[in-house]
Amino acid sequence: MHFMKQWLRWPVPRIAAVLAVLGGLAACDVNAVPRQDEAVKAAWSQVLNQYQRRSDLIPNLVETVKGYAHQEQTVLTQVVEARAKATQMQLPADITSNPDAFRKFEQSQAALGGALGRLLAVSEKYPDLKSNQNFLALQSQLEGTENRIAVARKDYIGTVQTYNTTLRTIPSRWVAAWLYPEAKVKETFTITEQAQQVPQVKF
Amino acid sequence: MRLRVGTADWRVRALGIALVLLLAIAGVARAAEPNFPALTGRVVDEAGALSATTKSGLAEMLAQHERTSGGQQVVVVMLKSLQGLSIEDFGYQLGRHWGIGQKDKNTGALLIVAPNEHKVRIEVGYGLEGTLTDAMSRSIIERDIVPAFKRGDLNGGVLTGTAAIIRVLGGDASAAAAPAATPWRSALPIAPFAINIIFVGFFLFLLMRRHGRPGFWGFPGPFIGGFGGSSGGFSGGSGGGFSGGGGSFGGGGASGSW
Repeated sequence: MHFMKQWLRWPVPRIAAVLAVLGGLAACDVNAVPRQDEAVKAAWSQVLNQYQRRSDLIPNLVETVKGYAHQEQTVLTQVVEARAKATQMQLPADITSNPDAFRKFEQSQAALGGALGRLLAVSEKYPDLKSNQNFLALQSQLEGTENRIAVARKDYIGTVQTYNTTLRTIPSRWVAAWLYPEAKVKETFTITEQAQQVPQVKF
Repeated sequence: MRLRVGTADWRVRALGIALVLLLAIAGVARAAEPNFPALTGRVVDEAGALSATTKSGLAEMLAQHERTSGGQQVVVVMLKSLQGLSIEDFGYQLGRHWGIGQKDKNTGALLIVAPNEHKVRIEVGYGLEGTLTDAMSRSIIERDIVPAFKRGDLNGGVLTGTAAIIRVLGGDASAAAAPAATPWRSALPIAPFAINIIFVGFFLFLLMRRHGRPGFWGFPGPFIGGFGGSSGGFSGGSGGGFSGGGGSFGGGGASGSW
């Protein structure tokens, strides 16, 4: 200890030590955590945006299908209920780093995706419905939205991976622990996209 | 002496193993991303499926559209292979890789044809999703493109399809109208269009309000680095200096097969 103190009193090593610390900080990219956190937030809002878009298409779709296939009451009710459940869910502000809320969100959206898939599958049985232009338009919007959801999820997974890697690998984890102690590892999607995807309807 | 040689040997071997591991990881990482064709112009015919006259006609049409629309970029690409991906998965990645469309407006669109897989897709950039909706893209594919492709007329299908895309982007929504046989003809193009405008406006409003920062439609930093980072310096060779403006894609559009 005493030896170290004496050594540090020498001007040249002291300057060198300061330079080394500064250089180390610059090399560690002190802004990585907030920057990647913002990227995760942007990707997450895109995920929410696309799920919202799907949810907004449903009332119209349900009305159109009802006009032709009112005997499919069970499937229609399932869609309406799954949508209500998904939209009524209160999303906490920290949802991306809150495992329970994140899983719940994921499950409610997967349930809605499954119900929608069944609705489109039974629509197959009604030729009049299948040739309704309004239905066709809604169906293509829905397919496009499912695809957008898949892209948004992939982007989110990518940004979370970058962020979590920063928080968990050396040396960036030291920088994060020192400068951003409140930063937490984020959750990512686990349910496969296949489970979510609406089955392709062929004409 | 013997010991020293031993440690040096060990070190060399460890270094070798580390290098091999690193290379293997790099190889795996590279294999994960598909092999995209080079952006050689507004018409990229990797599959060699189009005639020279079609290609020059398309290129002229697309260049003129970019001039008159104030920078919207439309690119036609004929792929040799989808490399095992779905055309939806390939499409948005290709659009981002090339950075088609203006950087902050994301005003790009791709007509992607995979003749060997018999798949076709219109991939629409974020900024054009309100004009060229999924429903319109699908009706262009089903009315203008697929019938010609079924007859084996790739050139004709691509030409009429591209012309319809350009007419819709130019504001003529009826270019994607339903076939004349249906009585819904006049009602169809307006309804999805209006719905989409309302959606886009609403989300934009919501997100702007919630986050209060610009650049929402653009892609987050690390992603631009990963996908479309080359947009600035990248330039096509034989395409008269054509290059992507840095636009991004999010899976909008429609697909079809024949």
